[in-house]
Amino acid sequence: MRGVHVPYNKMTSGLAIEKLQLPDHVVIPLHQHTGAPADAVVQKGDEVKAGQLIGQAKGYVSANIHASICGAVKDIKDLYVPTGMKVKCVVIEGNGRDEKAFMDPLPESASKEELLARIKDAGIVGMGGAQFPTHVKLDAKKPIDALIINGSECEPFVTSDERLMMEHTEEILQGARIAMKILGVKKIIFAIEDNKKEAIEHVKQVCAGSEIDVRVLHSIYPQGAEKTLIYNTLKRVVPMGGLPLDVGVVVQNVATLKAIRDACYDGKPLIERVVTVTGSVKEPKNLMVPIGTEFSFLIENCGGASEDLAKVINGGPMMGIAQPSLDVPVIKGTNCVLVMGSSMVRRYEEKDCIRCSRCVSVCPQDLLPTSIALYAKNKRYDDCEALSVMNCVECGCCSYVCPARIQIVQYAKIAKSEIIAKRRRG
Amino acid sequence: MEVSIGPHIRGDWDTKRIMLCVVLALIPSAVAGIYYFGYTALEIIVLSVLGAQITELIGLKVLGKPTEFDGSAMVTGLILALILPPSAPLWVPIVGAAFAMVFFKLLFGGLGKNIFNPAAGGRVFLLLSFAAVMASFPAPGADAVTAASPLASTGSYSYMDLFLGNVSGSIGETCKLAIIIGGVILIALGLIDYAVPLVYALTCMVIALVAGADSLYHLLSGGLLFAAFFMATDYVTTPITRRGRVIFAAGLGVLTMVTRLMVGTESISFMILFMNGLVPMIDRFTVPRSFGQPKKERRARKNEQ
Repeated sequence: MRGVHVPYNKMTSGLAIEKLQLPDHVVIPLHQHTGAPADAVVQKGDEVKAGQLIGQAKGYVSANIHASICGAVKDIKDLYVPTGMKVKCVVIEGNGRDEKAFMDPLPESASKEELLARIKDAGIVGMGGAQFPTHVKLDAKKPIDALIINGSECEPFVTSDERLMMEHTEEILQGARIAMKILGVKKIIFAIEDNKKEAIEHVKQVCAGSEIDVRVLHSIYPQGAEKTLIYNTLKRVVPMGGLPLDVGVVVQNVATLKAIRDACYDGKPLIERVVTVTGSVKEPKNLMVPIGTEFSFLIENCGGASEDLAKVINGGPMMGIAQPSLDVPVIKGTNCVLVMGSSMVRRYEEKDCIRCSRCVSVCPQDLLPTSIALYAKNKRYDDCEALSVMNCVECGCCSYVCPARIQIVQYAKIAKSEIIAKRRRG
Repeated sequence: MEVSIGPHIRGDWDTKRIMLCVVLALIPSAVAGIYYFGYTALEIIVLSVLGAQITELIGLKVLGKPTEFDGSAMVTGLILALILPPSAPLWVPIVGAAFAMVFFKLLFGGLGKNIFNPAAGGRVFLLLSFAAVMASFPAPGADAVTAASPLASTGSYSYMDLFLGNVSGSIGETCKLAIIIGGVILIALGLIDYAVPLVYALTCMVIALVAGADSLYHLLSGGLLFAAFFMATDYVTTPITRRGRVIFAAGLGVLTMVTRLMVGTESISFMILFMNGLVPMIDRFTVPRSFGQPKKERRARKNEQ
C-alpha cells in the first residue's frame, strides 16, 4: 500500500532503555484512553503505593488508572494532558520509597476469562498511541484467526518499540501467547519494518522454530497503521467503516503485549512505559518512565534542550500533537517526546493547490485528499463524505508531500468531525 | 511554545522547486533550438520568459495576490517560446506570453486555478490572430529560408534528422533527443507520470499504424513528443488520478492523429486545450474506490451526486 518515505531520524535506536530517576511528583490523568474517564477512588491526602488503583474504570469501554509512584495524593484537579484536553488528574507527591502494591501473578493455567479480567484490572490500553482499552479489543465478538504483533514503528524519531523488541523480545512473545490464548488463534505474525535490523535479528532468533511468522516489511510510513499492516501482511482488506476484527484479525503493539505479560506474570499494572526523548535535547535517550511524569522532567534528565525550544511533541513528528507547555504528563500512549528546537521547526505559508496529485498518489486509503481539502475549505462537508473522507486514517502523508504546503489532513479532520457532529444531530 | 497542527515535518518539494526543475528539464530543448536556429531563437526565448514573468508580476499586483516568485510564469514563458516558429518577429513572443498569462492564467485566479494550459492558449491565440507569421518555418541554420515542415512533407526527412532535430519546426520541438533527455529528468525526479507520454505516444503510433501511415515518422515529427512530456503532463490542467491521466493522454492521441491524418495539419495545442476542457469531467468519473469501500456503495454515491 501507498505512503511516503520519511527520513527516519532514529538516532536513539542504539541506546539501551534507561530507568528514569524517580520524579518527585507525577500527574496522572483519569482519562488517558478511548471511552469513559475513570472515577477517582482516592482522596486528597491519601497515601498510595506504586501500582495501587486510583481510578476505577467506568463502564466497559474505559480503563483503570494506577499510581505510578509511592507517595501521597496532593491534589485532584483538571489539568491539560497531551491529547489537548483538560482532564481530571491525580497529582501524587512522591515520598521516595519503593513500595509496590501489585496484584498476585496469575498461574500458567489461568483461563481466558481470568486473563481478560487481569488485563482489564491492570488498565492496559493500546500503547502505540491509540490508547484503546485492550480488554475490549481482545474480547472480540467476531471469530478471529490471526494476531499481528505490530513492531513496525513507522513514525520517524521514535525508537521505544524498537528497543523493547531488542531488549525484551521474550516478554513480548509471552504477552503475544497470552493474547493468542484469549483470542483462540493459531496464526501469529510478527511484523517489523526493515530499517530495524538489530531488532529483526533478535526477534528472528527468539522466534526460530516457533509458530510465529516473522515478516520483515518495507519501511514506508504509515506501515504501522492497522489497515495498512493487515493488508501488507495478510492481503485482507478491512471494509470502510469497519474494524480489523471484521476480517478476523487483531493487531497488538509490542509495548502493549509486554504490558499484558507484566500484568499476568508479575501482577504489575500499566504504570510505566518506554518513552523516546529525542530531537533537540543534549542527550537523547530511551527511558523507562512512570506514567504521569512531566515532560519538563524528562527533558531535564536528557541534559536539557540543545537550543531554543520551538515545539514539543507528544508522539512522532507525523501524527504527534504539539504541546502548549512542558507541564503535561506522559500518558499510556506517549511513545515519544520529540523536542524540536527552532532550527528543526520550519514555517510554511499555504499556497494555492497546483493539482500535482502527490497527495493522491501517496494516500494509503486511496482518497482524493486535494479534492477533500478543497470541499472542506468551502464547508461542503457532504461532498467530502461522498469522497469517503470518513475512511481517512489521518496519517498526514498528504500534508507531508504537498508542495503548496496545504494542511490537507487538517481539512480532512475538520470534515470528519463536522460529519460526525451532523450524524449525531440526526 | 509553538502549538501547530501536524505533521510537524514536511517534504522537500515545494511549488518553486518543482517549477525550477521543469525549467531545468526544458533547457536541453532550448539549447538545441538555439543550436539549430541561432541567435533569433535565443531572443524569442528570453522575450517570452520575460514577457510572461512581467505580466504575471503586474497581474498578481492587480489581483492583490502575493507576488513571490514561484517559477510557474517562467515555465509558461519557456514552453511558449519553444513551441513558436524560430522565424517569428520579436513582438510575437511578447504579445503571446502576455496574452497567455492574462487570459489563460491570471483571469482564472492565477496558478492552480486555470482550466487551460496557458502556453497552449498563447500559441493558439497567436495562430488565430497572426496566421502568416506563425505558419512559416525556416530550415535549421539557414536564416529566412522557408522550408516545408516535416509533417507537410511526409517522408522527406531521415529518421535520424528527425530525432536529432535537423529539420524545420518550432524552436524546441525539433530535437527529439533533447526532449527525451528533459522527459527522463522529469520522470526520474518523480515530477511527471510516465504513463502520460507513454499512452499518448502509443495511441498515436497505433492509430498511424492502423491508418497505414509511418508511425515512427509521426512520432518523431511535429510537436508530438514535446507535448507528450511537457504539455500533456501539466499539473494544473490535467486529471489528478492515474486513470484520469491515461484517459486524457489517449484522448489527446486520438485527436492529434485524427487532425494529422484527416485535416493534414498540426494542431496539438488546440487539442490540448480541448482535452483540458474535459478534465473536470474526467476527474469526476475517475474518483478512485477508497480502500475497503464496496463497489456498490461507490456507484450509489455517484448517482446521488
